[in-house]
Amino acid sequence: MISNIRGIRAIYLFEMARFGRTFWTSLMLPVITTALYFVVFGSAIGSRMTEVGSVPYGAFIVPGLMMLTMFTESISNASFGIYMPKWTGTIYEMLSAPMSPLELLIAYVGAAATKSVIIGAIIFATAHLFVDIQVAHPLWMAGFMMLMAITFCLFGFIIGIWAQSFEQLQVIPLLVVYPLTFLGGAFYSLDMLPAAWRTVTLFNPVVYLISGFRWTFFGEGDVGIGVSMGAVALFLTLCLGVIFWMFRTGYRLKN
Amino acid sequence: MFAGFTAPRQSVRPSRMETVLSISGLGKTYKSGHQALVGVDLDIAKGEIFALLGPNGAGKTTLISIVCGIVTASSGTVTVAGHDHSRDYRAARSMIGLVPQELHTDSFETVIATVSFSRGLFGKARNPAFIEQLLRDLSLWDKRDSKIMELSGGMKRRVMIAKALSHEPEILFLDEPTAGVDVELRRDMWNMVRGLRERGVTIILTTHYIEEAEEMADRVGVISKGQLILVEEKHALIKKLGRKTLTLNLAEPLDAIPGELADWRLELAGEGHELVYEFDSQAEATGVPSLLRRMSDIGIGFKDLHTKQSSLEDIFVGLVHETSSKQNGAEQAA
Repeated sequence: MISNIRGIRAIYLFEMARFGRTFWTSLMLPVITTALYFVVFGSAIGSRMTEVGSVPYGAFIVPGLMMLTMFTESISNASFGIYMPKWTGTIYEMLSAPMSPLELLIAYVGAAATKSVIIGAIIFATAHLFVDIQVAHPLWMAGFMMLMAITFCLFGFIIGIWAQSFEQLQVIPLLVVYPLTFLGGAFYSLDMLPAAWRTVTLFNPVVYLISGFRWTFFGEGDVGIGVSMGAVALFLTLCLGVIFWMFRTGYRLKN
Repeated sequence: MFAGFTAPRQSVRPSRMETVLSISGLGKTYKSGHQALVGVDLDIAKGEIFALLGPNGAGKTTLISIVCGIVTASSGTVTVAGHDHSRDYRAARSMIGLVPQELHTDSFETVIATVSFSRGLFGKARNPAFIEQLLRDLSLWDKRDSKIMELSGGMKRRVMIAKALSHEPEILFLDEPTAGVDVELRRDMWNMVRGLRERGVTIILTTHYIEEAEEMADRVGVISKGQLILVEEKHALIKKLGRKTLTLNLAEPLDAIPGELADWRLELAGEGHELVYEFDSQAEATGVPSLLRRMSDIGIGFKDLHTKQSSLEDIFVGLVHETSSKQNGAEQAA
């Protein structure tokens, strides 16, 4: 299945170079966004908030903030990465090259996920300037970050193949993922909600992802870590399934 | 009129040489229901230059796209040097380079980066010396660090060719290589194609410029409405289908063709000043000497005369017209 390592490397480096061209904006954006969130939620509002569980509010929002940015970055980078060759027409070369679909996927998703993890790490570092954070399970945290980056990049890859216009490229991240993440407990604990809303919120899949990531920081989340891991596995499998189907049928790539 | 030459199967298989690309029963029906290709059979010999001629929308690009793996065929098989192009796609695609019709480029990349990228994509180890030579051959070396968006259309076309050749393919597809290209680049391109052939590269080009096929190709295939209606050695084609016209500039204009000349297929042109005779140059009796004798017998004099061999273009137009009128006829009959 995987034999054209040079081909994977070529696309991976091409994508990383694309990110490199916008290096400073890519770098500054998460730093500034994080700083703004901390000014608003951390200092202005946070000072009037009590601790969430045993965690100060400022520290509490760090995992949510990282996930929020990583979700949107992963989707936009991965979808853009595969949409651009479709749009410019350079996709002809990928399709005519001796590369398996899996190799293409590894190259594009690998590059986009790398960027997401870097951005996540930058937010984490920036947050340290504002609050004191202890990570309870560092290895789990790193693993979870990578898994989330890969999963959402796969999701972005699907959107990139599906999209037939720049508008379609934007619509899912903006209208679906961003609200779901915002309402998925990025900045609050489910315990803070009225009972009815809490029940509704449990239908939001993103809740389980953010809760799982928060667990790696503080050893506690809205739902058990097992449930969170189950949700991650489910989402990952779903994305892989859709991509497998797309490659099998040549959906919007080969016709 | 061209009966006997429209059945492709007799002449599809090149006899003497080794076959490098074999297409059989290839069909493609798009989702819209449009039949782009219908049962195409074609064998390409190693080292030949094959020109695929056809009007716009005839199926040329679809055919190339299927062989290169960009479009999935609805039916039929393609083998590249014995490798099935869908089961053994890695081996098959490694041998093929494609220069598409449109200038698809990554605007922000430099020339050398995009050409090296293509080589990597095809799984070849880096070879800066080879890439340098390739860029020099295509007059791109001085522009190697320029971004593609800074280049002219002709230069972009050269970049596309460099990308296609970057992995040292044994078969090169050129889809409309000289569409919208200036005379100089066109000549360079022809020279390049000849140079590649000398190195044993097989070249398949599509064009609707007949002169291109006439200039370069060893064999010519004519495709119309998704069907390969003819495959023939270029010279044999011109010879077999070649018709000549004899034009006589008359001393005195004629109102009508005299009854004495009814045995010849004549036409009056130039307001009666020219007599045009179309004949088959390969026939035993062309009818030219007897026509001239008869004319002198009945006292029609002429000041000048010239003959013209029909070009591939005339043949092509004739063939395409013939098939479409045949198809229309069949449709009406049905």
